[in-house]
Amino acid sequence: MPTNGYDDRKNRTNLGSHLKRETSVIGRPLMKVDAMSKVTGQALYADDIHLPRMAYARMLPSTQPHARIVRVDTSKAEALPGVLAVITGRDLPIKYGILPVSQDETALAVDKVRFVGEPVAAVAAVDEETAERALELIEVEYEPLKPIMSIEEALEETEVRIQEYGHAGNIHKMVSLQFGDVEAGFAEADYVREDLFFYQGNNHLAMEEHSAVAHYSPDGKLTLWSSTQTPHYVHRALAKVLELPPSRIRVIACHPGGGFGGKSDPFHHEICAAKLAMLTGRPVKITLTREEVFYAHRGRHPVLMWVKTGVKKTGEITAMHFRSMLDGGAYGSYGVATTYYTGALQTVTYKIPRYKFEGLRVFTNKPPCGPKRGHGTPQPRFALEVHFDKICEHMGWDPAEWRQRQACEPFSLTANYLRITTIGLRECIEKVVEASGFKEKFRQLPYGRGVGLACSAYLSGANLPIYWNDMPHSGAMVKVDRGGGVTVYCGSTDIGQGSNSVLAYVVAEVLGVRPHDVAVVTADTDLTPVDLGSYSSRVTVMTGNAAIEAAQKVRDLLFRAAADELGAAPEQLEAAGGRIFRRDDPGVGLPFAKVAQLAEARFGTLAAVGSFTPPKTPGRYKGAGVGPSPSYSYTACVVEVDVDPETGWVRVPKVWIAHDIGRAINPILVEGQAEGSVYMGLGEALMEEQVFRRNLHKIPSMLDYKSPTFLETPDIETILVETNDPHGPFGAKEAGQGPLLPVPPALCNAIYDAVGVRIDELPVTPDKILKALERKAKGQEPRVGPDRMPDVEWSEPIYVEPPDLEHDPSLVPATGSS
Amino acid sequence: MKQLVSLQVNGERHELYVPVHKTLLEVLREELGLTGTKHGCELGECGACTVLVDGEPILSCLTLPVEVQGRDITTVEGLASQGVPHPLQVAFAELNAAQCGYCTPGMLMSAKALLDRTPDPSPDEVREALAGNLCRCTGYVKIVEAVRLAARRQQGDLGTVVDEIERALNEGVVREPGA
Amino acid sequence: MLRLPPFDYYAAPSVEEAVAALRDHGPDAMVVAGGTDLFPKMKRRQMEPRLLVGLRGIRDLYGIRRLEAGGYRLGPMATLTQVSLHPELRAAYPGLTHAAGVVSSPQLRNAGTIGGNLCVDTRCTYYDQSYHWRKAINFCMKKDGEICWVAPGSPRCWAVSSSDTAPVFVALGARVRLVGPEGERVIPVGELYGRDGINFLAGKRPDEIITDILLPPAEGWESVYLKLRRRGSFDFPILGVAVALRRREDGTVAEARVVLGAVESYPVEVEEAAATLVGHRLEPDVIEAAAKACFKPARPLDNTDLTLYYRKKMVPVYVARALRRLAGLTDEAQRRTA
Repeated sequence: MPTNGYDDRKNRTNLGSHLKRETSVIGRPLMKVDAMSKVTGQALYADDIHLPRMAYARMLPSTQPHARIVRVDTSKAEALPGVLAVITGRDLPIKYGILPVSQDETALAVDKVRFVGEPVAAVAAVDEETAERALELIEVEYEPLKPIMSIEEALEETEVRIQEYGHAGNIHKMVSLQFGDVEAGFAEADYVREDLFFYQGNNHLAMEEHSAVAHYSPDGKLTLWSSTQTPHYVHRALAKVLELPPSRIRVIACHPGGGFGGKSDPFHHEICAAKLAMLTGRPVKITLTREEVFYAHRGRHPVLMWVKTGVKKTGEITAMHFRSMLDGGAYGSYGVATTYYTGALQTVTYKIPRYKFEGLRVFTNKPPCGPKRGHGTPQPRFALEVHFDKICEHMGWDPAEWRQRQACEPFSLTANYLRITTIGLRECIEKVVEASGFKEKFRQLPYGRGVGLACSAYLSGANLPIYWNDMPHSGAMVKVDRGGGVTVYCGSTDIGQGSNSVLAYVVAEVLGVRPHDVAVVTADTDLTPVDLGSYSSRVTVMTGNAAIEAAQKVRDLLFRAAADELGAAPEQLEAAGGRIFRRDDPGVGLPFAKVAQLAEARFGTLAAVGSFTPPKTPGRYKGAGVGPSPSYSYTACVVEVDVDPETGWVRVPKVWIAHDIGRAINPILVEGQAEGSVYMGLGEALMEEQVFRRNLHKIPSMLDYKSPTFLETPDIETILVETNDPHGPFGAKEAGQGPLLPVPPALCNAIYDAVGVRIDELPVTPDKILKALERKAKGQEPRVGPDRMPDVEWSEPIYVEPPDLEHDPSLVPATGSS
Repeated sequence: MKQLVSLQVNGERHELYVPVHKTLLEVLREELGLTGTKHGCELGECGACTVLVDGEPILSCLTLPVEVQGRDITTVEGLASQGVPHPLQVAFAELNAAQCGYCTPGMLMSAKALLDRTPDPSPDEVREALAGNLCRCTGYVKIVEAVRLAARRQQGDLGTVVDEIERALNEGVVREPGA
Repeated sequence: MLRLPPFDYYAAPSVEEAVAALRDHGPDAMVVAGGTDLFPKMKRRQMEPRLLVGLRGIRDLYGIRRLEAGGYRLGPMATLTQVSLHPELRAAYPGLTHAAGVVSSPQLRNAGTIGGNLCVDTRCTYYDQSYHWRKAINFCMKKDGEICWVAPGSPRCWAVSSSDTAPVFVALGARVRLVGPEGERVIPVGELYGRDGINFLAGKRPDEIITDILLPPAEGWESVYLKLRRRGSFDFPILGVAVALRRREDGTVAEARVVLGAVESYPVEVEEAAATLVGHRLEPDVIEAAAKACFKPARPLDNTDLTLYYRKKMVPVYVARALRRLAGLTDEAQRRTA
């Protein structure tokens, strides 16, 4: 049963007094606008596209982890009947990358390969079998270089470099930031604790294997259909690499069959499909195999972490010092941002007055890591919440009460200048503790059973764009048809979270029409205004605000057109229930379609645009761009476990999760995000890992890369907490990523409650639990986890004085609604 | 080797001259245009390509068309009858049991086979029956709910499914106690 | 998408004609039953038969029936679902029906056959990979290469026997009838298996087909199968424990067989464990002794899921749990074992 208590039917038909306070669409558990197309098999995914004369392409994977390419001979492949074109790195030499500072990728390897599976050549043929056969005829001569397969090796090896740029040696990026006098903070603490943690890398494992279809028309225009979360960035990359004017490229994002961050970069296969379409004059499709998806990767970075925190007897944190080392794989991808993210959001959950962060990312000869759900924040959140659990244990504090007391304040500014608006963390903790019976269970269940609590915060979209510009992050256009139909156009990509539906809901709410009467056109660079993409939990907040603005402009025209007919000023009108009517006399009104005709007659074609630009960021230091958001969502989670001490097996009977969503535009969609996050968090905590052996991926298949089935996934109880954020559309904040964060640490805290061992390294496999239990039995520290950080010379930190709100009140976030 | 194959798919008979090594998945998607059936691994490790053969869920990626001649093959496109969606489809849509929607066709086929033999399954029976279908979006919660909602509706008065859809799209899902 | 390599298909109308096709085509031909093991391996080019001899059309190979002399005959083409749900088999051979019911996923059990599960290829994370992956390590001795990567000094292949039902059939003393060009013969299931991951079906000639699986009468016999794997679905066993035993009226064990799966290239029957049980009641110290006896014969290596140390450690734990289950000891551990 839903526990958020939404009323199933607010009175839509009653056109009485205060409808506009009482929304008719927002807050309802509506069916998604594209749900029926998905359940009938009609929704079109990229691989479902079959065009006339379409050719198929495959890419040749590198068999070397690190090697110079001496020679590529494609002549035999080209001679194979049915082969239409063969390309190598020389045909696409221009570098690209998602971040302007990491333009280090080429569509096919040029001169050098950097991981097993990296594409070296591509073949287009009349069918996929012929293309695959042709790959086997391509001869590649390699001159092997030393493979570098771990953080430690990358830090030690300075002569052999994987990339020719970066901080130094194989260190891609180093960050060092300090906010206030951390040492003074530790000195005034009553207890200072240090801990080490490791979070293994893992893959998104979206159900759909990436796919792209390219078509190059005789008039020199390129169209690419792709399973991408970021058509705008693919558009930019194609223009750059193919040297085509952006005006001649159209990128259409099909329904991606799952994203989770894994389809947010421009990819090899997208560019190769486009190039091969240009060379052959035929549409070309490339669909990756599951194994190739593991090589395309961009998954969770493996991160080694060290954290030191000082606390007073009274509970306050005096200072924190956090270090992270990220294993980035062979290319940059989002990695610079990820590195910052492992240090950025520490301060927005609990009050941390002084804070120091040192982080680095290394290159290794593995598929590149990138953004996966939570992007760089689940790893430190795991470390922090287990670390705090240990502190509470040591100090004898109740972990729930301590967290409630230390929670950040609403409308405050953190030591690293992140602006918090609404925060429902205390209420989340209260609700989740109550629902789970945490107080009655904690430290009181029989041996083998346990509960654990953890909390987190996440951003509702990044305030800064990926490439520097002053333009809006999201644009929307609303058009009204003479028949009363409404169409909203927006560049956003619905990856299953329901962003198309959110557009329909907010526009329907503003215009007073039924959501099903709103047509949604999205993710097509020819048709829709730019939205940056479905990443960083930005879509509802940014596209929602843009669409509201566009809809309000159209509504203004409608009200002006109706005002004379209805004998009232435009400001006195309301739109609801498919009518436009007088607020003071709801019986006096006109049907929406009729008003649309009046308005079109008076103003011409009815359409308007809206856009959203996030608020300015108060931080002025280098690196201040990563972390700021219009608002932060908050989550509290309790996991219950049943640990078999003889086998180390962990069963999770139930998870309770409370999430501060700001406002649920559609609670059933928010619940879906929370449930999916819990599931994915448990997968990462218990079994998922991208691991390597003999310099290549050990288990690149869905059978051997373990992900939870129905049978490993627990009951999940979701509680939604609403705080009505002033920056959100109708008060909404994010839901897609934040609820994943507290799950792994809550699990580990529960395991400690159950059997008294600390597993400070994810995933928590049964062998680790047994090992820790054996250590415990021998009287050793009952823990499995990393025991040291490699020595490294950290850069001198950029020192920033934490904000002084008393002396600079302009820094205090405004509470006013937007 | 090409061979003449006669397939009965969603009640329609198709005579095809196809290479014998093309799997049922490939023939459905590439020869018959039935792209509703998806694929996530092509190795029998994910369940996305599940179809029904004589009512039993099997994986089309590991099935040779020549071996299922003369048997009734049902894909997601054949779930609706006369344009009216199956109660499972409506329940999945209503309860947000389809997020990205990619696992959904296979999931629906496994669920259909379950309801055909167990009209009122317990949550654990649903989990067991669908354990061969992976989903990465939903955490499976809403899928279990949706299968049980469909089961209850199937047993009771079906009502007019189209009205159900219209209501769910515009007014909201009515979630019954005990869901 | 991954696709099958081209091949010819022969729908054999009878066992004789199937066997003749195998004889005529030699190593180029393979039989296909459910295809759930063969097709993924063909897609990864681990197996490249030019001719598939389909058994689906052979009526004689189906069905489950009670034999007049007692016991049951399983047609090898009976699906794993049919075996696992068969009411009489469930009553008489619960270890077997449980094993059949925990193979892979529901869909695979609907297609996969009981005969196919006996012949399921040995598995290894160096071998069950795509052509390009295997090329990157210069292949392994089981296919196209020279070396066993999991035991590089070894002259033999260490791929793992991954059948759930084979250990139970061995424990139950089941036999198979093989029909080949030279006629038919009946051998114990255990004799099907060689001592090497490549020639793992050494007891069956390539041109022979399993036509019958013969279960001895169940009277007095109890059986159990426990499977260790990461997930409740999809996964092959990384340890299987099958125990079959017969107890006298006083509760002492008259006969027993303890067989381990997925710890070697063949099902490992641990006679020492059985000997420990015979003559005793299933009491904790006896169970512990039998469990301990299974530790050494299990030889897991780093070529499947979880660490080999862990899997080896679990052998006595799972054997003890299997025996405790037969003894009717319902404890915490039982609750936690699927």
